[in-house]
Amino acid sequence: MDLLNSGLKEISDAVKSKKISALEATKFFLNRIDKLNPQLNAYIAVSVDAEKEAKAIDEKVAKGGDAGLLAGVPFGIKDMLCTKGLRTTAGSKILENFIPPYDATVVKRLRDAGVVVLGKLNNDEFAMGSSNETSYYGPVKNPWNPEYVPGGSSGGSAAAQAAKLAAGTIGTDTGGSIRQPANFCGIVGIKPTYGRVSRYGIVAYASSLDQAGPMVSTVEDAALTLEVICGKDPMDSTTAQKSVPAFSKNLKADVKGLKIGLIKEYMQSGLDPDVQKTLDNAITELKKLGAEFVDVEIPLTEMSVPVYYLIATSEASSNLARYDGVKYGFRAHKENQMSVTLEDFYSETRGAGFGTEVKRRIMLGTYCLSSGYYDAYYNKSCQVRRLLRQQFLDAFKKCDVLLAPVTATPAFKIGTRVTDPLKMYLNDIFTTSTNLAGLPGMSVPFGKSKDGLPIGLQLTAPHFEEQRILNVGLAMQQVSPVKGDKPHVI
Amino acid sequence: MIDRKMTEHIATLARLKVSDQDLEQFSQQFTQILKYFEQISKVDTTNVEPLVTPTDIEAFWREDSVNQEFTAEEMTANAPLKSGNLFKVPPVV
Repeated sequence: MDLLNSGLKEISDAVKSKKISALEATKFFLNRIDKLNPQLNAYIAVSVDAEKEAKAIDEKVAKGGDAGLLAGVPFGIKDMLCTKGLRTTAGSKILENFIPPYDATVVKRLRDAGVVVLGKLNNDEFAMGSSNETSYYGPVKNPWNPEYVPGGSSGGSAAAQAAKLAAGTIGTDTGGSIRQPANFCGIVGIKPTYGRVSRYGIVAYASSLDQAGPMVSTVEDAALTLEVICGKDPMDSTTAQKSVPAFSKNLKADVKGLKIGLIKEYMQSGLDPDVQKTLDNAITELKKLGAEFVDVEIPLTEMSVPVYYLIATSEASSNLARYDGVKYGFRAHKENQMSVTLEDFYSETRGAGFGTEVKRRIMLGTYCLSSGYYDAYYNKSCQVRRLLRQQFLDAFKKCDVLLAPVTATPAFKIGTRVTDPLKMYLNDIFTTSTNLAGLPGMSVPFGKSKDGLPIGLQLTAPHFEEQRILNVGLAMQQVSPVKGDKPHVI
Repeated sequence: MIDRKMTEHIATLARLKVSDQDLEQFSQQFTQILKYFEQISKVDTTNVEPLVTPTDIEAFWREDSVNQEFTAEEMTANAPLKSGNLFKVPPVV
């Protein structure tokens, strides 16, 4: 079986019909990790239990039991999601030795569906970054060209998927962290509606924005994985109680008569010529398939980066207060602790445990929430957030989905933006508003830069309308000029 | 303008020990970043209710029932320092 070019359903069907064993599939990807991970640094940890888990699936199949929708399919999991018995670091030194006693709901649901967990994928520390350069475990390389970043914060997931170091991966998206690296690495990534996927067991960065989602090779794989991980969870009271549609069964590449909105402010923001060309190609192709295009306006677009960073850092400063060196994680002063004050104990533990970008964001958030500044920064941002969401809701009165670039430029070289935080934050101009408004968004590969790096396009739908972007994404995938392109490492 | 003294104050509030070099750099970066972010003050938000969660989700509660999901040993397994099933910390009083 050609595991490099098989969809998740094909692998699962083959395991269930005993054409291939889950163990063979797992070993295939473990071998690829062995061979390629030293170059890419996509995995932080490889699970020693992967083969054992695969054998358990094979036994289930042998006994004639229902082995699940994703039986024997090997997945890599972003290191922001807790995995029982498997080290989970969030890309940080402060969680270097943390072994969760439980699985995140997303991981549990994948395992219940038969998934084999291969290991944990690198990410920016606490998902705070757009290039995977802030990870304590070193930067991830873009499989299309190792001099370039894979994007972030789910850079390990994107790189592993593009280089096929897993059949599928999971990422998280707080301000673009699934869509942007998917775009930079030429894969499909979907951030579901806020509330679709449980956040239980996901290391919290900004709780009103965080969502997990699939980062996979095709739209079909995204639909199937989404079906498995979505739905109400008693352990996360912000999950939606809505029933989860059969995304994979309902997939239909039909865009005839569909109204696709183009955001005026995005079109006028100085796109890289290759990104512009990719967008123009998609418009031409979708028109040929019968879609109609309409112009819409989101006048608050320029506010999305400030509002996002003010809210995300405020929430982060509160969420990350839990890392105090007491109950788990890194601790300064393991010895001589009788001679240190509690204040110094906290400050020194946190000072040595967190990296520079995380400190920067905790401090920005602390400032925004501090007495005298709360109204001007945090509260004001939440007010603008409501207005921004309303502009999206108004735009959806004129169209069914929105089509846009994911970023203004293709992937950039490692080291070129990391020294200027504001410049790095401004990369997120087209992705952050989706999270602020709680909408579902997806990146689909549709072009290539002159340097041979992938370019994706972003689809956005109204709340809980993931099916629409999956369907348009499928239509785009079928006519994509880069269909079948693979990085040289494959 | 977020000067060095203010930056140090924020670090104290956040319980973060920050090096002199980082304090210097953070002070410049915060000034630059917040200057850019201050453009949100231009938006008229009179009578706009702050939005703190983006979807209209009906929060729900779990049954008020006793479950034992973890043992004390499991819950303290990651402790950097412990005594039996108790976390060891510096003297507090």
